[in-house]
Amino acid sequence: MIISVASGKGGTGKTTISVNMALALGAGVELLDCDVEEPNAHLFLKPVIERSERVETPIPLVDLEKCTFCRKCSAICRFNALAVVAQKVLVFPELCHSCGGCMAVCPGGAITEIGRELGMLNFGDSNGIRFINGRLRVGEAMSPPLIKRVRAARDLDLITIIDAPPGTSCPVIAAMNGADFILMVTEPTPFGLHDLKLAVEAVRLLGIPCGLVINRADIGDNKVFDYAERENLPILLTIPFDRRIAEAYSQGRNIVEVFPEWRERFVALFRDIEAIIIEEKDKAAACANL
Amino acid sequence: MRELVIISGKGGTGKTSLTAAFAALAKNSVLCDADVDAADLHLLMQPEVRQRTDFMGGCKAVVNPDLCTGCGTCRDLCRFGAITELFQVDALRCEGCGVCVDFCPAAAIDFPVQRCGEWYSSDTRFGPMIHARLGIAEENSGKLVSLVRKEARQQAEQCGADLIITDGPPGIGCPVIASIGGATALVIVVEPTVSGIHDMERVVQLAAHFKVPGMVCVNKFDLNLEMTEAIEQLAAKHNISILGRVSFDPAFTRSMVEGKTLFEYGEATATWQQVQDVWTKIINSPAMNPLGIVDFKATIQ
Repeated sequence: MIISVASGKGGTGKTTISVNMALALGAGVELLDCDVEEPNAHLFLKPVIERSERVETPIPLVDLEKCTFCRKCSAICRFNALAVVAQKVLVFPELCHSCGGCMAVCPGGAITEIGRELGMLNFGDSNGIRFINGRLRVGEAMSPPLIKRVRAARDLDLITIIDAPPGTSCPVIAAMNGADFILMVTEPTPFGLHDLKLAVEAVRLLGIPCGLVINRADIGDNKVFDYAERENLPILLTIPFDRRIAEAYSQGRNIVEVFPEWRERFVALFRDIEAIIIEEKDKAAACANL
Repeated sequence: MRELVIISGKGGTGKTSLTAAFAALAKNSVLCDADVDAADLHLLMQPEVRQRTDFMGGCKAVVNPDLCTGCGTCRDLCRFGAITELFQVDALRCEGCGVCVDFCPAAAIDFPVQRCGEWYSSDTRFGPMIHARLGIAEENSGKLVSLVRKEARQQAEQCGADLIITDGPPGIGCPVIASIGGATALVIVVEPTVSGIHDMERVVQLAAHFKVPGMVCVNKFDLNLEMTEAIEQLAAKHNISILGRVSFDPAFTRSMVEGKTLFEYGEATATWQQVQDVWTKIINSPAMNPLGIVDFKATIQ
């Protein structure tokens, strides 16, 4: 089971919700931090990192001895990552999308591949909670390939919670695609609502069931609640603004640790999500049987 | 022409609220929203759109089933798993590399250019504004960011503005890199939390990588004074100037609800003074005045 925690707007509490739900459920859960540009979950879950691996993406390496300067490689590359200038082939590694087109098209077999570092994958454990995160190399532009690598490392036997990046473009899609449920974390402000609407559009495009957590539920206005009702989005949890929660967060402390009564609310949040997933699967099965 | 870009690494630290407040203080500037993925600045600026233009991004493969022989070449070559078993293209997975298009022996794959969003040239009560909306689930956000920044520059030249204030996206990836290249200076808005300082460190590294001078402003500083001090020490260590501290003030949210900037909501407060001081420091900073001349126009006259 994969639950992806997303938001549209940044700073609404994705990491808080992911980590607290993981802590409330305990062993049998894994947390995948897919916000590879700014991974934060480890600061709150505090896992022991057991191993790390470097993640690379293939980019072309041209053997000038075999190259006939036919320019087919630069012609096929839609990303302008190759240029043939006189008796030279220039490769711009940061523009390459690793499609392999240049290697496939080269008639002389002059192109092989080497790696460009995308970042690191870290594997760890926090009291029985499996933890994986990706850390994009500073200066690297493309996060989706690294996000896909974090997701590929998942353990099928565990409940997977994904901490997604903010936004609605390709990195978010990479963190949501194929999930069983998307939990949207928002705040009742104009910015929160505006970006939530965009994120809900993205979720609907993927056809995945979703529900809301409204964080700092008493700041701002009521429009997000009206929107949820209009759009039939279940509100699964509301968290009031509490300066003590904000201060605990600032120190890296978690809600379920500072306020133990919240533990069962996060377990209940998970149970609600589980029930929706089962209901949706039953519905899909019923449709398939018709 | 100077361009100030406001970024943060972590989302939700107050980039857009502060950008809007700066817009209210700046004179003769052009606004630019480079957070094309989840643009919010327009909610405070209520721009009157003068002109909207389609943003044509990359191309996507489309298999023509009448011509497809089902040979499987495209499936074998596609590294993004975008060709389904029935030889159709999963548009969400398609990277737009066109390898399948070029190699299809039956020439059965089209490669139409995609409309990936639109961008707007607008007027606001604080001057012209260039902003955009990237289509849902689209790629090419970096390209659109570069486009809105270029248009903002043109707009500034046209109307004789000497400053562009750009609201940047969160993170350190593609759209952020596109937002900071060639900028005059960056304002890094940091919140005093363990994640705020962690993300700031990465954004500072990014600024150094692309050789753009950065300045740090701590927002919601009173949430954690110890952390605020740690952030300022980190900034000093990296030779980054400290612009000041802004309080954790519910007035930011209240003014947002009314679609206003901080300075248009209620009476003058201590927070107003803090933001004004930060702005004065920005405008007088060496990074924004490379020749050491604060008011270039006045000096020439």
